[in-house]
Amino acid sequence: MGDQQRPARKTAKNRQKSASTNEPEFVQLLTPEGRRVNHPDYDLKLTDDEYRGLYRDLVVTRELDAQGTALQRQGQLGLWPSLLGQEAAQVGSGRALKPQDTVFPAYRELGVQWCRDIDLISSFALFRGTDLGGRDVAADRFNMYAIVIASQTLHAAGYAMGVAKDGAVGTDDGEAVVVYHGDGATSEGDFNEALIWAGVFNSPLVLFCQNNQYAISETNARQFRLPPHRRAEGFGVPGVLVDGNDVLATYAVTETALDRARRGEGPSLIEAYTYRMQPHTTSDDATRYRDEAELDFWRAKDPIVRYRKWLTAEKLADEDYFARVDTEAGELVRELRARVMALTDPEVAEMFDNVYAEMPPGIAAQRAEALEFQASLDEGSEAR
Amino acid sequence: MTTMTMVKALNEGLRRVLEDQPRSLVMGEDVGRLGGVFRVTDGLHKDFGADRIIDTPLAESGIIGTAIGLALRGYRPICEIQFDGFVYPAFDQLVSQLAKIPNRSGGRVRLPVVVRIPFGGGIGAIEHHSESPEAYFAHTAGLKVVTCSNPADAYWMIQQAAAGDDPVIFFEPKRRYHAKADVDTGAAALDLYRARTVREGRTATLIAYGPTVDVAENAAAAAAEEGLDLEVIDLRALSPIDWDPLFASVRKTGRAVVVHEAPGNIGIGAEVAARVSEECFYSLEAPVLRVTGYDVPYPASRLEDDYLPNLDRVLDAVDRSLEY
Repeated sequence: MGDQQRPARKTAKNRQKSASTNEPEFVQLLTPEGRRVNHPDYDLKLTDDEYRGLYRDLVVTRELDAQGTALQRQGQLGLWPSLLGQEAAQVGSGRALKPQDTVFPAYRELGVQWCRDIDLISSFALFRGTDLGGRDVAADRFNMYAIVIASQTLHAAGYAMGVAKDGAVGTDDGEAVVVYHGDGATSEGDFNEALIWAGVFNSPLVLFCQNNQYAISETNARQFRLPPHRRAEGFGVPGVLVDGNDVLATYAVTETALDRARRGEGPSLIEAYTYRMQPHTTSDDATRYRDEAELDFWRAKDPIVRYRKWLTAEKLADEDYFARVDTEAGELVRELRARVMALTDPEVAEMFDNVYAEMPPGIAAQRAEALEFQASLDEGSEAR
Repeated sequence: MTTMTMVKALNEGLRRVLEDQPRSLVMGEDVGRLGGVFRVTDGLHKDFGADRIIDTPLAESGIIGTAIGLALRGYRPICEIQFDGFVYPAFDQLVSQLAKIPNRSGGRVRLPVVVRIPFGGGIGAIEHHSESPEAYFAHTAGLKVVTCSNPADAYWMIQQAAAGDDPVIFFEPKRRYHAKADVDTGAAALDLYRARTVREGRTATLIAYGPTVDVAENAAAAAAEEGLDLEVIDLRALSPIDWDPLFASVRKTGRAVVVHEAPGNIGIGAEVAARVSEECFYSLEAPVLRVTGYDVPYPASRLEDDYLPNLDRVLDAVDRSLEY
């Protein structure tokens, strides 16, 4: 079959803006200019401290993420997938979670991890190569990063089935499950199967799609004709499109979806419309597929700038507060940086130790061989 | 001691798991009211309810992926993949997720998931219903792979697989589903990961598993009439393989023939041959030979008798071994 993307005739009628600079109709509570607007279905009322806290979360997330990029550039990490630009999507949804809720992240959810108050070092160890990102996922209620796109959506769907089986839904204090994925994931079979599962078993699952406009280099145009929040309806699941750069809106829609799930009313899909300001990862060169004009368009929608304007206008915070947050973020960055640099290489034995609950004799024998071989090399080098 | 078919033995074994393990679940396509296309789960839906015997949507990756999620929640899923050739849509969830999540977690997560797969040919089926994909899974660290060859093993091995904390791919030889044999429901004869010497002999060792154990036994019986004394070993576990009884047997006989339905190229038999060569080099009187499916896609069913290892091909390989 031939390429269906023919050059569009440049008439006024069919001339289209590029998908990533097209402004869709979404739930928005705070405009890019920092003006609070009302929405008929969604509202958010937080305490002054909570409003200020969101700002702190946004700034800390951005600074810690920037440190990830810096550490990679300095050779301390093998790779870093930056979330720059997606802070509001992650912080708004992350702060809407209740302690009993469970998160299944993709691999860029440092901001959610921060909001869950989970030690961030695991994500840095993963990208440093000192381990595979393992943590106590049951205690954290935050699963390991999933590198295979959309694979985690099914794990979340199964987990959510289990939550319902345990009778942990049906009240305002029920448990909900949220799975994070991107726009690229919506093309994977697993994502679609997860929606089917969640739908037919009426599971307490929220699929949170961070539509950051890019799957590495490919735009939304190569992932779908109908955006994910509209496709949800085909699965019998409510879908909502939210301004992913508006921390108040992402908070409000996620809280609504989670409450619906925890009350036993079933799954929903949130499409947070945002933008990946950095390349896919530090290994990517985004200049090959997008231009500065597009970046400028999205810079004007920065999630932190608009929120700071609003806080200032509402007199919820002042320059003194913002400076204190900057100082704290700087301290957190320094502390994290020191810990990352202190992460040492694992022992050889570790690659064998956790493959099985009961180690088979063959692996035990290879483990012993590898250690013996290593010891013989060490002795040799000492002798020299 | 009760006489039963392999299907009945698996059904009874699953019942005991469901009774003993309140967190165990059975899930798959048509496993509920229908009782599975081979009736292995017959009656379980009625006796244990739809909450534990789950008819899933028709999507294999979904079955394994959600089973992983249920296991993360503390459940112990036993999944059914309807036919061998339908397991491939679940390949990522099996080899990159189920197999690797426990290791990824640094041992903090265990995934006690059993995946039952009817496998092998000889039933006159259409394409994708007669395959032997065991090597893909045996090659993947993090999975354990076993196969039963008779009702007694079926009854016990499914319970042992469900009792452990590691993921197990459980292959059931579908052409042996209706063969009857005695089952001692009082106690298991062997650990899950032990090979079994089916028949003792001194001339040569036949190494088989699943559906070819019966082929090897028949070959040994026929050879006995010609004065050849063949030993038959049922591997039972394909990952990890229980090597010691195998090595002991080959050191005794000096000759080995591996028999499996899967293509020989890069298969289980190749690994057996390599390891036996390493460990029994000075005892070998002949190279390790293989009688396997040919290195072609499983043929149209009218040709399967020519594709599958049978008594004559096994005896021919024994003769070739003895000629060295």
